[in-house]
Amino acid sequence: MNNESNSNELEPLNRAERESHEVIDNGPSGFASQLKGFWVTFRTMFKKVNTVQYPEVKEATAPRFHGRHQLNRHPDGLEKCIGCELCAWACPADAIYVEGADNSEGERFSPGERYGKVYQINYLRCVFCGLCIEACPTRALTMTNEYELADDQRQKLIFEKEDLLAPLRAGMLLPPHPMYPDADDQTYYRGEVPGASPLQENIAEPNK
Amino acid sequence: MSIQEIKNQEITSSQGADSAIEMITIIVDGFEVSVPKGTLVIRAAEKLGIQIPRFCDHPLLDPVGACRQCLVDIEINGRKFPKPQASCTIPVEPGMVVNTQLTSPVAEKAQKGVMELLLINHPLDCPVCDKGGECPLQNQAMSNGGGESRYEGVKRTFEKPINISSQVLLDRERCILCARCTRFSEQIAGDPFITLNERGALQQVGIYEKEPFQSYFSGNTVQICPVGALTGASYRFRARPFDLVSTPSACEHCASGCDMRVDVRRGKTLRRLAGDDSTVNEEWSCDKGRWAFKYEHRDRLTSPLIRNESGELVEASWPEALAHAAHGLSINRAAVLVGGRSTIEDAYGYSKFARIALNTNDIDFRSRTSSDEERNFLAALLLGKSVTYLDIDKADQVILLGFEPEEESPIIFLRIFKQVRKRGLKVSALAPFTSRGNEKLKATVIKNVGNEVEDISKFALTNRSVILVGERLAEVSGALTAALKLAEQSGAKLAWIPRRAGERGALEAGAIGNLLPGARQVADPKARQDIERAWGSGPLPTQTGLSTDQILDALHKGEIEALLVGGVDPGDISASAIDGLRKAFVVSLEIRNSAMSEVADVVLPVAAVVEKSGSFLDWQGRARKFEAAVTNSLHRSDVRILSILADEIGRPINLGTVEKAAKELASFGDGSSDQKSALASLSADQAKIKEPGKNQAILTSWRLLLDNGSLQEHEPNLAGTAHPCVAVISDDRANRLGVVDGDLIKISNSNGEIILPLQIGDIDPRAIWIPRNSENSRPLLALKSATHSLVSVVKA
Ligand code: SF4
Ligand code: SF4
Ligand code: SF4
Ligand code: SF4
Ligand code: FES
Repeated sequence: MNNESNSNELEPLNRAERESHEVIDNGPSGFASQLKGFWVTFRTMFKKVNTVQYPEVKEATAPRFHGRHQLNRHPDGLEKCIGCELCAWACPADAIYVEGADNSEGERFSPGERYGKVYQINYLRCVFCGLCIEACPTRALTMTNEYELADDQRQKLIFEKEDLLAPLRAGMLLPPHPMYPDADDQTYYRGEVPGASPLQENIAEPNK
Repeated sequence: MSIQEIKNQEITSSQGADSAIEMITIIVDGFEVSVPKGTLVIRAAEKLGIQIPRFCDHPLLDPVGACRQCLVDIEINGRKFPKPQASCTIPVEPGMVVNTQLTSPVAEKAQKGVMELLLINHPLDCPVCDKGGECPLQNQAMSNGGGESRYEGVKRTFEKPINISSQVLLDRERCILCARCTRFSEQIAGDPFITLNERGALQQVGIYEKEPFQSYFSGNTVQICPVGALTGASYRFRARPFDLVSTPSACEHCASGCDMRVDVRRGKTLRRLAGDDSTVNEEWSCDKGRWAFKYEHRDRLTSPLIRNESGELVEASWPEALAHAAHGLSINRAAVLVGGRSTIEDAYGYSKFARIALNTNDIDFRSRTSSDEERNFLAALLLGKSVTYLDIDKADQVILLGFEPEEESPIIFLRIFKQVRKRGLKVSALAPFTSRGNEKLKATVIKNVGNEVEDISKFALTNRSVILVGERLAEVSGALTAALKLAEQSGAKLAWIPRRAGERGALEAGAIGNLLPGARQVADPKARQDIERAWGSGPLPTQTGLSTDQILDALHKGEIEALLVGGVDPGDISASAIDGLRKAFVVSLEIRNSAMSEVADVVLPVAAVVEKSGSFLDWQGRARKFEAAVTNSLHRSDVRILSILADEIGRPINLGTVEKAAKELASFGDGSSDQKSALASLSADQAKIKEPGKNQAILTSWRLLLDNGSLQEHEPNLAGTAHPCVAVISDDRANRLGVVDGDLIKISNSNGEIILPLQIGDIDPRAIWIPRNSENSRPLLALKSATHSLVSVVKA
């Protein structure tokens, strides 16, 4: 074993020796050839600039860029995540931590029985491979184009569910609230729920 | 799943090998295999390592052939079955040639077809299903199913999920109708609480609507359900298999000694499963062992506490607390009370600590009603050969004395029930009434409260009979002696079954006043010398130590001024125990805040079972070793803390680790040489109870499996299946009082009263039975007596 590792170490040295050849130093080059070199630099000054003055100027990313994750909502505001942990299972970097829990009649966060009670992504670990969003059976987890994920404390780079949840848009109600009248989880998955109904709002009030 | 089952089957089949067994050779997939006559084809294939897919088959349940997943091609002496056959129902026969899915395209096609049919109505629930990731249906659909479904119709749906009990949920859509759960409940538990209803596509598991679901074993159905149709309410949606770190463990709840598996996620126990030990719990456990573990992370003590000048317990540092404890224990005359829940290593620590650090034999592990007769009985008992579960399997008769197996040691109940069902084992019980457990065991119940000693001598036994004595028999003076005599005269095997997991171990570790480690008599000078030599200590105290009751008495009188306690609830001993403790300097080693904290002067936090290693001795005397499941805990085992405390006192016991304690204790061996003296000091007279007058009754009680026990706190789902808390009285008495089932009655004496709904039962007409430690029924505290005393019984 020892011998083996030794020969491995020696190998690159031997090769370098074999391949090396003498460098001939001719002293500084002539003025003309220097001018020729600087001409390239000079010419480039008048070309179109590719870099931008980040962070003052920001460029849009490619549309399918893998950025920060987002936990999506159904049109009425209920969460799509069912806490199944399939994303955590798929993650090669072990960056996701999920704990599921029961939806109860009084406290409903998602259609169906189960929702994600704890949801964390550790951006110190995530390699933005996107395997998690491929695994998600409900399209709850997608990736946004947001790439500014730097901070000065490790703690702050573990994103909690609140940090990852999509914002409430028009027609959405903040869960917990009951399902759309007469709808069940199937209706939700088929995309038949248009948005929160006033009925839901009334019942949701006391929970807020 | 199946590896476990294979292993199990091998053990069970090798057990039957007393008489010459006829072997049959068959060919499976071209390989020859010899198996005992009667073996099922599916098992014969397992022996070769050939796994036939299956759902309903379970080695401990009778075969039914319900799921049809195990179809194989079978040919006997060249004659082929026209269609593939279910290998889990067909026993091997000479000349049999079996071709499984591996070699027969017909069998493979049949299995794929069955799988496709099973999946037609199976919902796409995997992401929300607790079984996902450890599901035999998922696995076998991958290994033995077709890739695509051809079904385009609408799946059958049911309302999701329904509660079978407060702790078991049923999702009928997921059920594949394998009947494992119904067979378990009927064949193993003897509580037919669920059944298969309806037929065809609508067939479903249902509950008996009229009978309440109160099985103590329902958790096993969750474990054996091959899909996620039955799930446990407390584990629901909590984790996936890949989150869990599983550690083999042992159950701390009773002396049955179940093998357990603890599943921990991030330092927290999320579930426990029954382990597989065919010589003990087979593959089962009771619901308490499975679901009572939240005590591990509720109300835990995190730092030592000291009572300050103003009488409040305040947090202190370890050095400060240890110094304070050491001071208090060394300047006063001190005694030790060890709870019945300690591991054998911890009990040994207490035992050695008492002898060396405190120089006393005043130590007792019996934190319950106990007697001196019992102490001698226990010393004498260690002489006898040990009795095991296998003896129950072979017994011609089982006698239950002061012992209610279903409530006090449930796996023994299952074992007896198995034999009752299989071969009509004869069971007799000496008990105040015919309990539900007795009914299931078809036991002959001798109901004669107050004359137990006389009745014990009347049993006619042989040397194949087994006498199971519960710890409660100690409450009847003379009864233990009578039981011992009965065993001696008839040659029957006698076993003592404590309720708590640690008592048998504590006994052998010498955590009792009359015995030293290794069952050596304190009174025997040679035995003392043995121990002195092994410990390298000075002379050991020579006087037989005080018992629990005597220690408490001495506390009251001020003869003992300091006490070291390890996990004791004073309410378990007597109503006045706490007052005695108040007077003394008490050092308490505890895992949680408890009643003891009220009176303790120093509280030292110790590790719970999941956080430490150690072993319990079950009732058979068999060590149930376990390792720490939570490895990064800062808590330490009692024995380690005792060792530091002894150093602090200046009389070291040198038991720095659990391993060291185990090794040292093992090196003593069994020193129970001469116990004649213990036997001789037994007496067989029963104290007479006055005949109850009108409106009076003789009180009897025992603890229910699920009750107010402190290790069951914070488990509402579990508590939901406790047996009802009722007082049992006879028909006669009910008529006299003019009450019917469910009416409230008042049980009282000069100390207090208990009001309970009544249930008319087959009870000794002079007696009344109530639960000993349930919500509204704690007779030891309310009436200052738990059994064999007169109480008045009137309509409330
Ligand atoms: S993007 Fe990749 S690394 Fe990041 S959380 Fe998802 S699966 Fe894990
Ligand atoms: S984000 Fe998707 S995959 Fe992850 S737990 Fe939620 S539903 Fe499951
Ligand atoms: S509930 Fe589970 S164990 Fe019971 S029949 Fe259905 S699949 Fe089998
Ligand atoms: S029977 Fe006893 S040892 Fe077994 S699980 Fe139940 S309490 Fe634990
Ligand atoms: S395993 Fe054979 S029929 Fe179910």
